[in-house]
Amino acid sequence: MTTTHDEHEVTVEPRFVIKPKDINEEISWAQINEDVLRSLERPRPLYWIIFFGSLGLFCWGIYCEIYQYQTGLGVAALENPQMWGLYIATFIFWIGMSHSGTLLSAILLIMHADWRKPIYRFAEAMTTFSLMTAGLFVLVHLGRIWQFYYVVAYPNERWAWPNFNSPLAWDATAIGTYLTTSIIFLYFGMIPDLAICRDNATGFRRTFYVVMSLGWKGTDWQWANFRVTYLTLACLLIPLAVSVHSIVATDFAVSQQPGWHTTSFPPYFVAGALYSGCAAIITLFIILRYTFRFEQYMTIPILEKLCKLTFAISMIWTYLNFVEYASVWYGTDEYAKQALIYRATGQYAGWWWAMNILGSIVPFALTFKALRTHIPSMMVVSLLLNLGMWIERFMIVTPTFAHGYYPWTWTDHWWPNWVQVGLILGSFGWFTMLFMLFCKIFPSVSMYEVKEMVYHRARARKAPAPQPAQIPRPAEG
Amino acid sequence: MKKQSHVLALFNDFEEAANAIADLRESESRLKGFNMRDVTLKSPIDHPECAEQLGERPVYIQLFTLMGAVLGSSLGFMAISAAQASFLRQQRGGFPLVAVPPNMVLTYELFILTAVFFTIIAVYVVFALHSQKHKLYSVEISVDKIGILVNADAAAIPGIREIFARHRALEISETSDASPQK
Repeated sequence: MTTTHDEHEVTVEPRFVIKPKDINEEISWAQINEDVLRSLERPRPLYWIIFFGSLGLFCWGIYCEIYQYQTGLGVAALENPQMWGLYIATFIFWIGMSHSGTLLSAILLIMHADWRKPIYRFAEAMTTFSLMTAGLFVLVHLGRIWQFYYVVAYPNERWAWPNFNSPLAWDATAIGTYLTTSIIFLYFGMIPDLAICRDNATGFRRTFYVVMSLGWKGTDWQWANFRVTYLTLACLLIPLAVSVHSIVATDFAVSQQPGWHTTSFPPYFVAGALYSGCAAIITLFIILRYTFRFEQYMTIPILEKLCKLTFAISMIWTYLNFVEYASVWYGTDEYAKQALIYRATGQYAGWWWAMNILGSIVPFALTFKALRTHIPSMMVVSLLLNLGMWIERFMIVTPTFAHGYYPWTWTDHWWPNWVQVGLILGSFGWFTMLFMLFCKIFPSVSMYEVKEMVYHRARARKAPAPQPAQIPRPAEG
Repeated sequence: MKKQSHVLALFNDFEEAANAIADLRESESRLKGFNMRDVTLKSPIDHPECAEQLGERPVYIQLFTLMGAVLGSSLGFMAISAAQASFLRQQRGGFPLVAVPPNMVLTYELFILTAVFFTIIAVYVVFALHSQKHKLYSVEISVDKIGILVNADAAAIPGIREIFARHRALEISETSDASPQK
């Protein structure tokens, strides 16, 4: 139905104005506290299944690492030229996962996208734990873990410092900075919620929350300082997130390996990072929604927005992927071109095609509303997208080493063995275990921000409706 | 010793609290031993519009961030350069001993890291200093109530209580301590 006023008024059809609500605006603040605090006490049984399952995987990873540590890297089938194997591919995957937490919490904070409020906390936690997991692979791939300090800028006994011109030295600094800042950002944003936990806890837990909440009493002075600090940290975190994955990309791009020496690598890596992170957020969204009974906060309209964001980023990634192929194909580097042909037709061709299909075609499922609003379908799609992005990292590392400049180093037959696979599974266990522990100890939905969201939306609804805009029509002729 | 009292009133919503603050401001000259600077709003969410009525409450955190950023970038670059110039014993084959572009990457990281550290240390210190000032607290504030805390001389308290009661305060609690006479 169309409503018209006079010839100068803008005509608005109601069907374009009414949108599904991100969250129930009638929910009371006390109810928000109750629902979120309940998640710290009584999760569904699925929580314990996931927790102990991930603990089991982590233990298996520990066993593989002990075996590799005692026997040497040879047991992981790492040999020249395949010296990185799955370890560095998975390292990039975990670094990438960390980026979407920053996207949701910092970038969308600055853009005032308030639909992020019920879901950004766990995305930030995902950032922190995936960075911690990524850091493990730096140690694991060394073999000689006891010499870990060589990865940071540290002088050794021969007064020789690491090469500061090497991106590997930048990498350690960047990841260390990003991890530190992410932990601070995650913790600082939780302080008002930790005060709520403190006010409702008893015994040991109360003591813990008293210490963690830094004497928060919700004074206007505290809020003013909190607001400025949180925004400042967000502004510092955004360029940091971009720099971290750009530097990881530089590890590859400044080397002379055919297929890696491309200037589009840093933006390609950053887009891939945001993409895989968004897909992981959808997976965790669905798990937390069910496990902690967060149906009122992790709603279908918010899931839809996440899906649209993921689709947009997947198209950016697809474009940059295409640019990478095109710049190699139309370039003059014959070796890089051969490496590209090898990826599409050689030993690893199946994986290459799987990466392209999962990364560029499967996301089109996100354009269908029926699928976006169907949670089991979204779970499957998000897992497929993540698989695609893991294969992307595998395709960056393994086929390049398998088909370098010298034919006598070609290793078409190479495939990771059970030790590497065990460590990769162990890393997934480690991440999931930490994440689930976090959700049990800390509020995974930001209570104060959901209250703000409910408050401001309810206030906007009560405010008198604005009059149709008076826009003068351009003079005819 | 002059007796200093603290009154905390709880309100149902921001509108009532804002009205009470406006009334307190109007009564500032009438109530002896009461100053608007000693009024604090306590709320479960950030509400800058309501807090603005209390007057200007400057925040200095950004200054610490700036200080950290400047220190981190300048000292970071100098430390990296000095380290390479002093300790690097490798032959560079015609390349400069301290190459500026790659070191800018490390400087950039240190610039952010130091800015973050300075920011968080500043917040920690000011939170710790400030939390001692507001001992009256109600757990209802972390749920859904808005609190107004007033620190004033004991003589001004009846007038303040009356204002709170007029604006339908749900609960008024009071405590007092001995403070040095001005």
